[in-house]
Amino acid sequence: MSFTELTASGIRDGVASGAFSAAEVAEAHLARIRDVDGRVKAFLHVDEAGARNAAAAVDAKRRAGEPLGPLAGVPLAVKDNMCQRGIPTTAGSRILKGFVPPYDATAVLRALAAGAVPLGHTNLDEFAMGSSTENSAWGPSRNPWDLERTPGGSSGGSAAAVAAGMAAVAFGSDTGGSIRQPAALTGLAGMKPTWGRVSRYGLIAFASSLDQIGPLARTVRDAALLLQAIAGHDSLDSTSAPREVPDFTADLEKGVKGLRLGVPHEYFGKGTDPGVEFAVREALKVLAAAGAQLVEISLPHTEFGIPAYYVVAPCEASSNLARFDGVRYGPRAKNFEGLLDLYRKSRTEGFGEEVRRRIMLGTFALSSGYYDAYYKKALQVRRLIKQDFDDAWKKVDAIVGPTSPIPAFKIGEKAADPLAMYQCDVLTVTAPLAGIPGLSVPCGFTPGGLPVGLQILGRDFDEATLLRAGRAYERECEWWKRRPAP
Amino acid sequence: MSPAGWEIVIGLEVHVQLKTRTKLFCGCPNKYGADPNSLVCPICLGMPGVLPVLNRQAFALAVRAGLALGCEVAAVTKFDRKNYFYPDLPKGYQISQFDRPLNGKGSIEVEAPQGKKRIGITRVHLEEDAGKLIHPETEGADYSFVDFNRSGVPLVEIVSEPDMRSPEEAYAYLTTVKSLLQYVDVSDCDMEKGSLRCDANVSIRRPLAPEFGTKTEIKNLNSFKAVAKALAYEAARHAEILEKGGRVEQVTLTWDAVAEKTNVLRSKEEAHDYRYFPEPDLVPVTADPAFVARIREALPEAPAARRERYAKELGLTAYDAGVLTADKEVAELFDRLRAEGLAPKVAANWVMKHVMAVMNERHLPATEFLGKARRIAEAAKKVEAKEITGQTGAEVFAWILTTPETASVEEHVRKQGLAQVSDAGALEEIVRGVIAKNPKIVADFQGGKAAAMQALVGQVMRETKGKANATVAREVLERQLAAP
Repeated sequence: MSFTELTASGIRDGVASGAFSAAEVAEAHLARIRDVDGRVKAFLHVDEAGARNAAAAVDAKRRAGEPLGPLAGVPLAVKDNMCQRGIPTTAGSRILKGFVPPYDATAVLRALAAGAVPLGHTNLDEFAMGSSTENSAWGPSRNPWDLERTPGGSSGGSAAAVAAGMAAVAFGSDTGGSIRQPAALTGLAGMKPTWGRVSRYGLIAFASSLDQIGPLARTVRDAALLLQAIAGHDSLDSTSAPREVPDFTADLEKGVKGLRLGVPHEYFGKGTDPGVEFAVREALKVLAAAGAQLVEISLPHTEFGIPAYYVVAPCEASSNLARFDGVRYGPRAKNFEGLLDLYRKSRTEGFGEEVRRRIMLGTFALSSGYYDAYYKKALQVRRLIKQDFDDAWKKVDAIVGPTSPIPAFKIGEKAADPLAMYQCDVLTVTAPLAGIPGLSVPCGFTPGGLPVGLQILGRDFDEATLLRAGRAYERECEWWKRRPAP
Repeated sequence: MSPAGWEIVIGLEVHVQLKTRTKLFCGCPNKYGADPNSLVCPICLGMPGVLPVLNRQAFALAVRAGLALGCEVAAVTKFDRKNYFYPDLPKGYQISQFDRPLNGKGSIEVEAPQGKKRIGITRVHLEEDAGKLIHPETEGADYSFVDFNRSGVPLVEIVSEPDMRSPEEAYAYLTTVKSLLQYVDVSDCDMEKGSLRCDANVSIRRPLAPEFGTKTEIKNLNSFKAVAKALAYEAARHAEILEKGGRVEQVTLTWDAVAEKTNVLRSKEEAHDYRYFPEPDLVPVTADPAFVARIREALPEAPAARRERYAKELGLTAYDAGVLTADKEVAELFDRLRAEGLAPKVAANWVMKHVMAVMNERHLPATEFLGKARRIAEAAKKVEAKEITGQTGAEVFAWILTTPETASVEEHVRKQGLAQVSDAGALEEIVRGVIAKNPKIVADFQGGKAAAMQALVGQVMRETKGKANATVAREVLERQLAAP
């Protein structure tokens, strides 16, 4: 078996036992990147020296008999909206071209402290705004299962990197589904933790009240491993929850016997691809056979998720992206007359079309006279969506359904129609609006051979139950063992 | 004064920098006068991905400021973003407070020209300061510099009710706010260093008119005197427009302190839409009642109460009590001089005549004198005991300021031979010389000009380097001049 086929926990154990070195693992992954990334285009920046140094440090520790971290030797890809000291970080935007942060995102820092080997930064939709990576200023990434198709987004580069065996695990960020949807479209386990579970310090903000960093991995255990390393309060993020982090792997193998799983009827039907629906329904049967109790439920405000999300997220984005004005970093417009013209031209040239659209949407919705009709109304809808989930928790322990209503689509297929693109997020936007955690696990393939994701949503800070349910399913159907050949 | 036939309505917005150790949302030092951009970090530079973390000390000082201004402290407060583009604002928004300010309604009593008056406070909220633009003096320069040292420094914004009815009242309000905040030690309130800044809203109306007139806002006011002047100017401008049958435009203006006039900065149409919304990077803060109570208990005596006490218990005039209590450190020095054994009136005279003269002349804070209270009191006692003259006392005071606390006043007076000369015999020879050298003044005196005697006493003082007892010198002069 090649090193690039190992799971993260397999790598960690092998490195710790001395069966192989972190350096060998790192070299294998760097070689894999050289082999396939010309076609997949997952990475924006590969840091070979950084990876070799980190691997060498792990190996030196092992030789010295020092204790190794829980991610020792695990090759990690970082989404390019997470700041990493000394590594060009652009958030997929021309406006951050040449920006090299002098600080680390807390999640990156914690992963490195746990012994992860950072390979570089991966592609994304500009400022994480999109569902396909087609909005990246640096061109789209490709789905390793079908290079004509997108890997989903916005964390598409990270998903493609792990799916293609270029990284063992990767960081994504999820604002409206940006971890779970690409995980579904590339056959990975991907988790959006509860808002506040993982520090956002160093994550280039898209919509602060929704953004959350999380893991993309081939197995549920690997996702739990990476989440474990980064979760918990951070003094640099006052919105990170000051609460204890449980051991996510403790109950991983406990199974789903007796677990009540809600099946919302709103998550199926109109707009859902038959291949996706079939695979998900089959997965539900597997869970039921494993002892879970399926409960039909309703989340009546699901359909208002998209409109509410596309007000709240652009409002926050319009403010978060105000700092990119061509004055302190990124390219500055050349011919301008006066300050306003400098701002206008730098921002027009620096931002892509979708980002400009959302900045204008948000600016409009927050304007005096429109605030109540849009922003305030959206917050009310947000509360109703949260209420839907709170009502559901009275009957069930977790909610199951498709992650994305459709499998990976062709590059260019939806690029011209923003509303069709927004509709891809219909089943994923409600979790961030409510703040709850969500996991996507691979649950088979469409007849056309494209991966399908099963989404599992849970109570605030109850990631452990989601991981346990995900693992219970994964144990029954080892879809993750099937690998693409890009 | 209001323009004849009109009533001025004034509301003030005062920004005050809090005296914290570090900035509002990061660990950078909050310090004035450092090299440009030497007190910055990714957070106060608003770099991508960084997050604010609230400074507890700033929060406590803002509560203290609110309590000093008689405000109700909110049980729960939150932060909001105020969005606008400017090069001194690195995030493109200012973290401020919109609908849930830390401190709600309050009021303060001010000594207005017409007597005591209570001015309402609408709110006192916490926010971050912006950086500072530095425009090069080079002719034709097409660039500016930004210094971010000030970016993120904690401010409280104190919004008054439109309760003031004259520029003089506005002046009195500002003086009171400044002294209250200095008293509770939340800010230096030094306008020259920008730690206190003021914007004024003004409108006029016919007396007893039920509605306010259209207001204008004046910015760039860099002294309390400028505030009063700008308000008077602006009220007169409104009156002139209205008396000609015109309409006052709702505009924002800047005050040109050199030309002493206002200039339009932006019209109502150009006014910013700040697009406030809740700051998602910070959680709402609960001000625990016990925490607020602790701050309240630790508040020092308010200047008004201290003024009252000085007048009633120490028998000072209202004026002296007012002067001594306007600055907390001055009052502190006064108290120390009394503790050293000076009578209230003597201590008041020394503070007002000697100390405050030097403070004003050299722009020194009263704290510079606190450590010298013992020796100042010693000098004052020598004057009271007539061991040295008042003039020598002033010289000894000047000497005290330039010498360390270990230098003895007693020894200085002895070594320099400064003791007062009250012995008539010792003055006879000097007086004889003065009479001989000043025949013209002597002639004036003898011609009936009584004031000439004062000049002759002055001459004796000069000859004795101020050591002569003036009463004795006068007696000797009168005696010698009366002699045939």
